[in-house]
Amino acid sequence: MAPMKLYGATMSWNVTKCAVALEEAGAEYEIVPINFSTGEHKSPEHLARNPFGQVPALQDGDLYVFESRAICKYACRKNKPELLKEGDLKEAAIVDVWLEVEAHQYSPALTPILFEVLVKPMLGGTCDKKVVEENLEKLKMVLAVYEARLSKCKYLAGDSISLADLNHVSMTLCLFATPHASVLDGYPHVKAWWAGLMERPSVQKVAALMKPSA
Amino acid sequence: MAPVKVFGSAMSTNVVRVLVCLEEVGAEYEVVNIDFQAKEHKSPEHVARNPFGQIPAFQDGDLFLFESRAIAKYVARKHKSADADLLREGNLNEAAMVDVWTEVEAHQYNPAISPIVYECLVNPAMKGLPTNQKVVDESLDKLKKVLEVYEARLSKTKYLAGDFVSFADLNHFPYTYYFMATPHALVFDSYPHVKVWWESLMSRPSVKKLSANMPTSWP
Repeated sequence: MAPMKLYGATMSWNVTKCAVALEEAGAEYEIVPINFSTGEHKSPEHLARNPFGQVPALQDGDLYVFESRAICKYACRKNKPELLKEGDLKEAAIVDVWLEVEAHQYSPALTPILFEVLVKPMLGGTCDKKVVEENLEKLKMVLAVYEARLSKCKYLAGDSISLADLNHVSMTLCLFATPHASVLDGYPHVKAWWAGLMERPSVQKVAALMKPSA
Repeated sequence: MAPVKVFGSAMSTNVVRVLVCLEEVGAEYEVVNIDFQAKEHKSPEHVARNPFGQIPAFQDGDLFLFESRAIAKYVARKHKSADADLLREGNLNEAAMVDVWTEVEAHQYNPAISPIVYECLVNPAMKGLPTNQKVVDESLDKLKKVLEVYEARLSKTKYLAGDFVSFADLNHFPYTYYFMATPHALVFDSYPHVKVWWESLMSRPSVKKLSANMPTSWP
């Protein structure tokens, strides 16, 4: 069985979101870089994999999947369905709740911070401190909810790890590449949850992938 | 078995996201209104159901859920039948396609279409604010690019995830319904397969029933 192919660069937190899921699911996969500076993401070959011309895209045999969170779910369903708990109605619902919270509460607060601090300078722009401040305030409100949740259970969806926890890893690793990671200090249960995730071999492997090569 | 409860206004797009799944699977439910004007969504009772103080929230016995798509998936899974398999989780490839187009609605379609609904309908009618035409124009440009992708997809398959209606299609109903009440509805005319797909969604009994509670003009 040929390994799955994950198209995109390891600089992209949406690509590494998928890498974390693929690693945890124990899937065999390889990362195939897509060169944005040559416009490869808009090439007919890549548009056939992702009609929005974005990364990531995943190829598994003759199946193409795009949108990072759809890719992550596919990897788990195929290789490690316990990460979704789809066999249990209530547990699966709670995993879905926290998957949605990542997508619609955590990510919208964190993405602008990462964009201003990490991406904009690479594109020749300057970091807009006002945007960073406003979104740090939003992030704190979200983290307060996470703190309450993680005071009650070890992981977001209960006492065992799920894709809901894993989907936070890549962006949170990027937060640590900014000067603002100390925002987590006000939320001790969130910090402990994060420390636990950082110890996982899959997370360490992806963290190493994300470091720019020497 | 007590009917499930959906907390929020039956006119609200994200509440309707849940209601359309309940209707499709034929589940019994009641809608418990949450009064935004009275800031009921920030009350301790409601925050206990949805810690972000948003709508919808959901109760099935002792199970409380929030986030509209998570609630709707729970409903789809619980009431899955031969006639109503909206998620296709028994088939790896089909489930992947449902997930892909559900994500596309959330991260491509909705960010383009919802500002138009807010600027043209919600802001003037509910907040007394004028329409920001710049936002509308930028969103229309984005929406057209998204609709090109949809047109290509729906030229190949009857519905978004394949030749079967799914959770992915239904998620488009609430915001698109309100979009059709804005002055920009005719944008869809340039995308004939999208138009046919939309009309087939609108003809579904579940959608017709819910549309009756979703006013497109306010006094």
